[in-house]
Amino acid sequence: MDIGPLWLSFQLAFITTILLIFFGTPLAWWLSQSKSKLQPIIQTIVALPIVLPPTVLGFYLLIILGPEGFIGSWWVYLTGNTLTFSFTGLVIASCIYSLPFAVQPMQNAFESLSFDYLEAAWTLGASKMDAFFSVALPLSLRGFISAAVLSFAHTLGEFGVVLMVGGNISGESRVVSIAIYEHVEKLNYAAAHQLSVVLIIFSFFLLFGMFLVHRRWQLQ
Amino acid sequence: MNFLRVIFLLIIFLPFKIWPDQGLMIAVASNFSQTAEKLGDKFTLETQIPIIISSASTSNLYAQIINGAPYDIFLAADIERPKKLEENKYAVSGSRITYAVGALTLLSFDSSFKNNECIAAIKNGSYKKLAIANPEIAPYGLAAKEFLKNIGQWESIQNQIVLGENVSQTLLFAATRNATFALVSRSQATMKLPIQPTCIWDIPSNMHSEIKQQAILLSQSENSKLAQLFLNFLSGPEANSIIQDSGYSVIK
Repeated sequence: MDIGPLWLSFQLAFITTILLIFFGTPLAWWLSQSKSKLQPIIQTIVALPIVLPPTVLGFYLLIILGPEGFIGSWWVYLTGNTLTFSFTGLVIASCIYSLPFAVQPMQNAFESLSFDYLEAAWTLGASKMDAFFSVALPLSLRGFISAAVLSFAHTLGEFGVVLMVGGNISGESRVVSIAIYEHVEKLNYAAAHQLSVVLIIFSFFLLFGMFLVHRRWQLQ
Repeated sequence: MNFLRVIFLLIIFLPFKIWPDQGLMIAVASNFSQTAEKLGDKFTLETQIPIIISSASTSNLYAQIINGAPYDIFLAADIERPKKLEENKYAVSGSRITYAVGALTLLSFDSSFKNNECIAAIKNGSYKKLAIANPEIAPYGLAAKEFLKNIGQWESIQNQIVLGENVSQTLLFAATRNATFALVSRSQATMKLPIQPTCIWDIPSNMHSEIKQQAILLSQSENSKLAQLFLNFLSGPEANSIIQDSGYSVIK
């Protein structure tokens, strides 16, 4: 089986998920707590990748990440390499593409937190940070699991953006969805089936696992 | 009630009205799409027959056709796929013609490579990225691969190569300067580009196998008479001069 693209997709999804949880948590917390006038605007921007066609993201990423683009030119200056057609470029693209799938579940979890617990922690002398890490985070674990599973699965299924900025390079940007597309174009249906079936089964169990976890949580 | 009925009928019949009653659906390899538009306009002007063009890589269109896409004519960028269609009865036997012979061109939009500098750079591999069409699915990609093998560069530039899904995307990679160079069809260098290339080098035709582009009439066509009319037009003198102006040669 054409294992390289599959492995590459898993790496991409894994790194993207880690980054999104790391940077998405403070963003989700801010969105859930802020009463600023900017909040609805930021919330809208975060949600945009859900509705925009991948071609819009791909088009602008091609320009921004390119060697003369805003981010790409800095990258060339720092590393000497271009961001487009590279794994690093795909990580950036995926973080934008999957952002709402990480932020929204976490934000929902934070919003449904009962403030009594946090206030109790504060009156017991916990700092705001301490209260967040030892009270808010454990209580929102469900949201984190959803965020991780959804951003992982969504990145795994990324296609249009990669098609536009990836350049189909083996080991860099030839992710599983691109490999399947190419196999189908070459009428190599056997190889396309193999990769597709692996994806279907894997995605099924990933989502199934998430829903099972949710059920158990509710019953407790 | 009547209103609902109208909506119901619309939903049922709308999908069928998308295809024109008296028009030709032509599947065109990406490199030829702009030329095909010009030919189509001319043909429509003379015959009043509307032409609808869909373009993609040759192998993409081939896959669409054997899966029942409603095209009347296929303008491929190679011989192999029209031939296969003919052999497998997807196309009308005997209708296959060579409508154009393509050429490969090296383009750059990078201001640090001007005129002859790009020839030297391509021969010693001193550049960041070179975009070619995917050789497995696009004939111009295959020609590019042959050329790079011929100059002894193919092995050593493996991690500088970027694959476009078809020649149009390949050109886009260079036009947005994400790739230093692109090997595309000469016709793309002759068309109006939003930015001017800094160098254009026509690859000598003996450095890759000939890119003969063939057209064929598809068996499923319900407009086969009109389609044959277009094929005749395609090999006529008027079409030939448009095709030649677009950077192709024709077989006389």
